[in-house]
Amino acid sequence: MSSAAQTLSDQGPPSGMTGPVAWARANLFNSWTNSILTVIALYIIVRVGWSLIGWGIVNAEWTGNAAACHKAAGACWAVIHEKFRLMLFGTYPYAQQWRPALAIVLFLAMIPPSCVRQIWNRWLLVAWAIVLFVMGWLMFGGLGLPTVQTSNFGGLPLTLMLSIVGILFAFPLAMVLALGRRSRLPVVRSFCIGYIEFFRGVPLISLLFLASAMFPLFMPVGVTIDGLLRAQIAVILFAAAYMAEVIRAGLQALPKGQYEAAEALGLSYPKRTVLIVLPQALKIVIPPLVNNFIGTFKNTSLVVIIGLFDLLGTIKLATQDPVWRSFSFEGYIFAAVLFFVFCFFMSKFSQYLEKLLSRSKTR
Amino acid sequence: MSVDSDRRRLPARSSLWNDANTRAILYQIVIAAAVVLAGWYLFSNAAANLATRNIATGFGFLHREAGFEIGEHVIDFTASSTYGRAFVVGILNTLKAASIGIVLATILGTLIGISRLSSNWLIAKLASVYVEAIRNVPLLLQLFLWYILINSLPGPRQALNPIAMVYISNRGLRLPTFSDHPVHWVMALLFLVGIAGTVFLSRRARRKQAETGRRSPVFLPGVALIIGLPLIAFLAAGAPLAIDKPELKGFNFLGGIDLSPEFAALLFGLVVYTAAYIAEIVRAGILAVPKGQSEAALATGLPKSRVLRLVVLPQALRVIVPPLTNEYLNLTKNSSLAVGIGFPDLVSIGNTTINQTGQAIEGFAMMMAVYLTISLLIAASMNWYNRAIALVER
Amino acid sequence: MDEAPIIVMQSVHKWYGEFHVLRDINLSVAKGERIVICGPSGSGKSTLIRCLNRLEEHQQGRIAVDGIEITSDVKNIDAIRREVGMVFQQFNLFPHLTVLQNCTLAPVWVRQMPKAEAEALAMKYLERVRIPDQASKYPGQLSGGQQQRVAIARALCMNPKVMLFDEPTSALDPEMIKEVLDVMVELANSGMTMLCVTHEMGFARTVADRVIFMDRGEIVEQNEPERFFSNPQSERTRLFLSQILAH
Repeated sequence: MSSAAQTLSDQGPPSGMTGPVAWARANLFNSWTNSILTVIALYIIVRVGWSLIGWGIVNAEWTGNAAACHKAAGACWAVIHEKFRLMLFGTYPYAQQWRPALAIVLFLAMIPPSCVRQIWNRWLLVAWAIVLFVMGWLMFGGLGLPTVQTSNFGGLPLTLMLSIVGILFAFPLAMVLALGRRSRLPVVRSFCIGYIEFFRGVPLISLLFLASAMFPLFMPVGVTIDGLLRAQIAVILFAAAYMAEVIRAGLQALPKGQYEAAEALGLSYPKRTVLIVLPQALKIVIPPLVNNFIGTFKNTSLVVIIGLFDLLGTIKLATQDPVWRSFSFEGYIFAAVLFFVFCFFMSKFSQYLEKLLSRSKTR
Repeated sequence: MSVDSDRRRLPARSSLWNDANTRAILYQIVIAAAVVLAGWYLFSNAAANLATRNIATGFGFLHREAGFEIGEHVIDFTASSTYGRAFVVGILNTLKAASIGIVLATILGTLIGISRLSSNWLIAKLASVYVEAIRNVPLLLQLFLWYILINSLPGPRQALNPIAMVYISNRGLRLPTFSDHPVHWVMALLFLVGIAGTVFLSRRARRKQAETGRRSPVFLPGVALIIGLPLIAFLAAGAPLAIDKPELKGFNFLGGIDLSPEFAALLFGLVVYTAAYIAEIVRAGILAVPKGQSEAALATGLPKSRVLRLVVLPQALRVIVPPLTNEYLNLTKNSSLAVGIGFPDLVSIGNTTINQTGQAIEGFAMMMAVYLTISLLIAASMNWYNRAIALVER
Repeated sequence: MDEAPIIVMQSVHKWYGEFHVLRDINLSVAKGERIVICGPSGSGKSTLIRCLNRLEEHQQGRIAVDGIEITSDVKNIDAIRREVGMVFQQFNLFPHLTVLQNCTLAPVWVRQMPKAEAEALAMKYLERVRIPDQASKYPGQLSGGQQQRVAIARALCMNPKVMLFDEPTSALDPEMIKEVLDVMVELANSGMTMLCVTHEMGFARTVADRVIFMDRGEIVEQNEPERFFSNPQSERTRLFLSQILAH
């Protein structure tokens, strides 16, 4: 009996259950319908892939002039080659464009260390604060650098700035709104509900129009606000409403016992909130918060509609050149790739955090 | 009892300020006052600014002549129509884009969501590539790309003709349609009657099953009612089926339904973008029903079709419906990006009106009111649905 | 007894909406007295002790703890919570803080004690509940019994005059109940005033000075454990005891 068990456990799987052929049989041709679907899908992939390769690589024009592009049968990547600086930095003074470039490099350099759990501590926050300050200094100038008007800001730095500043300012506002929505005081609660539901109920673009048309109306006579600032404020107010709902989900997920234990120990409301509630609630919602940041980042692209030169705006600007007019498609593809890289990375990061945090919970 | 003697360790008389209820009221008064003050400050600034600019407030401008053309309108509109009518045209255009978009995005999204769970590796992979690619690029950028793509298509004379009677060109999309005939309205009515009849039948069948344990057939009679009734009317009217097909006349098509390049780009963009989100919702909903549920149902001897209908679907829908409604709301709000590619939706027309008249406060108030109403309606119907399934659940 | 009672409840009533949870509760607890409260579920026993530190608000009657009236006065509530320690059924330790931080939190933030002093105090009580070696771990790394002992230590760190226990062993696996009860017995022997909602009748017999039986929001019967168990007066008490002692 025992020897029979021995041979059974030692026995490998029947032949034909491993290897690529077996894999294909199990995953691609495991039934009649699946086999047909696989064949159709393969056909489409080959057809579409072939024409995309032809258009984007084989027949594409990479560095030539517009005339060469018109002759080429494929994509005109030369437009990006030609207008690279304008697309990335907009009308930022040409000689000073190393500044936004350096700001972006600094920002990107901060990302890898920030992804390592082991060094999430106070010093990382300090480093971020310093980097953000330096980035701002590089962008605006002053302290030895020539100042640059915000109307000359553009391209990727502008997109990043609108998103980063938007998230930084929306976050505390969102925390207040989320706590307020769960307040026992009816007046506070209804104000917060009203704010959140209003901003979640209307499209961002209407808020941007509103900000650019109405902020001047709401200021004392004679006071004007910078156009970039108007858009920034609209982005902050809008993002805060959505972020507040994410944070509220974390507050609700916290067991009631935590609130009660903190109360029974005699901790006052502010102390309970800061020491017990927020640290736990925010940790729960880190992954959806990152998703929320992705949304804010994508949403900043709407400012092009009110005439700011974010990444989409500068590409529009670059392809308004009559010589290159017919190649805006390639320009927007370039922007799409940039957006994709940023957003894809952030969404993978959020998935990584989700796994990390769920593992530390079961420990 | 020496309780009273012990009290001396406390502040002699607890002050009003320390009372929890008094404090709560006081806080609220302070906050309300702050909000009202801030609002009043902004309002008075606005009034002063309007006065210096000589803009009269009020909704009188709605009766004035708009003086601009609108490319697409569901109801009649010319440059001599009023601002009020322009506003209505904007609402209808937004609703048109949103409602068609919602239907198509639901279909596409469900297909892709199910594909992501397919046992076919290639199909599942393709679906997930679609979702990742679409979700990580801003919608406005996708709309730009669609718009450029449609505009770079050949003209009507060399229009693409992928399926019979469908023409795709840089003038947009041309689809065939049925010529109007009064009986079509009768058929639509009978179709609704058929649905009502089927609902009635199924209710009666359920009651009968509860009383006698026997289940009378519903599916076939239902199909007969829903399809049969309109069919009878159709045949009785002499089967008036004329297809209004698009035909090239001169430089453009005539006949059929016309989707302008702007509308087509908006619709494609909205559908493709929202479908990626709906796919994830559908997938999560199906995954949320534990395998043990269908196993337990099969173990009780329920046939497979009933397991899906009675056990899996109700649970999956409970997870799917709330975020799905949210996605519908997002699609409706996202349709406002139409302004970026020149489709005259509510925001686009509203903005033109505001620029021409200077009636910013009124214009924005009306726009916001429309969007908030749509949001509230969708939210209310979701609440109603949630209550309904909560009852079924108990 | 010539000393003033540490807890006084006079005709206390409480409603949840239409539901009358506490009916005319009159209770007086002397300093150092150990009381066990039992009764069927939903009889209002948890609500009763939760009223003593204002986790629940009573609507009628009067409650005083250590001479402090429980009203809506914030200062009084703060003062009472400093004097009353509580242990919950679900432990309710703060999972994002270590065991030591759980214990020092309230002394530092409520009593404004220097950190070193608070830590010394915490270690003293962690030793008393016999888990000083776990001080730097997180609650999630401990067993249920260990967590509940930390929760007791956390409450003791405020040097409370009264300890409330709300079914402290109900959420524990059977093999861990003893380690928690041992700590509670030791605490009882040290002279702490204790109010304990529990169904551990062995505990009631050995340490309680008085056993209170509650049903449908009222105190049906109270007596010293000996007589309570051997000679219950009310039919409801008898029924309850027969059910709980049957197995």
